[in-house]
Amino acid sequence: MTPATSTAAPHGTFEAADPHDAKKKFLHDAAEHVRDEGHRAFVRKALGGYYASRDTQKARYRDWEHARDAASLAKWSAVNRLDELLPKFVANFERNGGRVHWARNAEEARDIVLGLLRAAKAKAVIKSKCMTSEEIHLNAAMEKDGYGVVESDLGEFIQQLRGEPPYHFVFPCMHVRRDEISDLFGKHLGTPPTDSPEELTMIARRHMRRLYVDADVGITGANFLVAETGQISITENEGNARLTAALPRVHIAISGIEKVVEHLDDLAVLLPMLATAGAGQPMTCYNTLYAGPRQPGECDGPAEMHLVLLDNSRTALLADPEQRDALHCIRCGACLNVCPIFKNVGGFTYGTTYQGPIGSVITPHLRGLADWNHLSGASSLCGACTDACPVRIDIHHHLLHNRRNAAKSAPSRLERLGHKVFVMVASRPWLFALGGAVFRKTLWLVKKLRPPLLRDWLATRDLPPAPAASFRSQWRRRS
Amino acid sequence: MAPRVGLAVASVLERLGHTCEFRSAQTCCGQPSFNAGYWDEARAVARHAIGVFAGAEAVVGPSGSCVAMMRVFYPQLLTGTPHEQAALDLAARTFEFGEFLVEKLGVTDVGARFPHRVTYHDGCHGLRELRIKNAPRELLRHVRDLELVECDEPESCCGFGGLFSVKYPMISTAMAEVKGGSLARTECDYIVSSDPSCQLQLDGWLSRSGKKPRTIHLAEVLAGADA
Repeated sequence: MTPATSTAAPHGTFEAADPHDAKKKFLHDAAEHVRDEGHRAFVRKALGGYYASRDTQKARYRDWEHARDAASLAKWSAVNRLDELLPKFVANFERNGGRVHWARNAEEARDIVLGLLRAAKAKAVIKSKCMTSEEIHLNAAMEKDGYGVVESDLGEFIQQLRGEPPYHFVFPCMHVRRDEISDLFGKHLGTPPTDSPEELTMIARRHMRRLYVDADVGITGANFLVAETGQISITENEGNARLTAALPRVHIAISGIEKVVEHLDDLAVLLPMLATAGAGQPMTCYNTLYAGPRQPGECDGPAEMHLVLLDNSRTALLADPEQRDALHCIRCGACLNVCPIFKNVGGFTYGTTYQGPIGSVITPHLRGLADWNHLSGASSLCGACTDACPVRIDIHHHLLHNRRNAAKSAPSRLERLGHKVFVMVASRPWLFALGGAVFRKTLWLVKKLRPPLLRDWLATRDLPPAPAASFRSQWRRRS
Repeated sequence: MAPRVGLAVASVLERLGHTCEFRSAQTCCGQPSFNAGYWDEARAVARHAIGVFAGAEAVVGPSGSCVAMMRVFYPQLLTGTPHEQAALDLAARTFEFGEFLVEKLGVTDVGARFPHRVTYHDGCHGLRELRIKNAPRELLRHVRDLELVECDEPESCCGFGGLFSVKYPMISTAMAEVKGGSLARTECDYIVSSDPSCQLQLDGWLSRSGKKPRTIHLAEVLAGADA
């Protein structure tokens, strides 16, 4: 089987050629994106529906805030005992007949998967939604080695045909209009145009059925790893992950090490929270627990089941007590859905696997603070993300922590000087008052001269007239 | 930038029988340095502010943002330093203006009249760091001849974010378009705010885009100001 389309290095055009240029690219792409008002309105409208359904579902909880506490506690207690629970999960998973492969970084993870494909003499690979595979750039590596791979999640399939990475890590093609999808299918699959979402889904489904049967290897992600049973929990809406995991001879799951939870019971709160916070659903349509390959006497299921457990800087984040809770993330996408930055700059502008607020928090840990701190800066710190997070990650305060760490490790000399001057003025009331007077007297000149620092502000916004007299003098006159 | 706001706060509080004091050693809360990551610098400003407000029964600020800095972030900033206790002590005495009236004084009707259609803009620091949502609305509902309407993006940020508005001007402006547009669609006469920094951003954008409503501070409405 050949790949559905040429997706050679689909990330090439979406990432800065030089990672040190990530900030420059972000600023450029953000400026470009905000000019597309039609697109911004489209994304806002798409997420407007989410707000309504999320609130309906939230209202069905007896106490949503207590549910957040419970979900957060389940993740907290697992993340803080990873050293105990990971080995417990692995022992139980292997007892069920699965095999675990440890990967310290993206390269090791890719090599493990490619090794498994070689051992399986794979000719065709089918894949369900897996952000961890995006993180390690697996598709490009598989294609480079000549393996055809098809994404079976509808959104991911559309993105694969478009040659784009996911726009949003839960709704990969939320930026694509229905007529564009129809055209895309017409071009690649030769189907007639349609405006019906059901028909578009059926087109992809009909195309996919044969591929599940033909594939030697199915690759999936994992939402939760249940330590006490050794099971992998996968959540999906289309049933494609079930077919991907069950029909091919070999099933490979890829997961970050932070996905462990201790008890099966934990899923009782985590699965509905994931669906409600992320997509405004009561539950995702299919929630499946995978407990190893086909057992003796069973008539279906894969002959082999492998799990690649990826670190890729997660242990470094675990070692940071201040931001460790970022590992609670269940990748529901709620923080993206409510983020005014995400809604205005779009998913591609980030240049990261994980977009939006949680991406801005963890990308500096995954890929280096020096190159990625600008994402923490690109926030008004409004805190909508933190309020939306079902597992209570202190997202917007971690953006502050990243800013502080960046200012400590690599301060900009000019910026630091600015803040030193500010402290000097703000610690001396007479100087502060003098500064105010100078400001009032020269504001008209500033508006006229447009100094570099204020030029961009003044390009889109006016400044009010300076008050005639200071608060201090008016207060004195008053008493 | 807006001396009238401070004067309006004093006028409302004095009308209610309280004594207001302005300590001339007062400067800035230090949030610009804190948000930029320069915490050593912010700490120096915080120590100054803690000294200035020592002994005051209550510290009332007409800005959710400055109050959040003092109440939420000073204790974090000074944790493990000799000033930690003083920071916690100040935090317990510091209130945002509308919150102070409703939650601390138990007042919802200050005897104001403002014959206009208004909408209220929640500043993010007030809304999410201080959890103030109801107090300003409760106060506005008791203002005579005032009509209060809600916009369709009630909890969206205006995009100011301090230095963010200068460092990422295109994103900041896009956010102003969304929030400012939503506020303007209410066809109100005034946008009431409890944050002069949001006012700077919103008025700046509204004025440039030729939209009609302007912001007014909650204290000015309650002081009976009718611009």
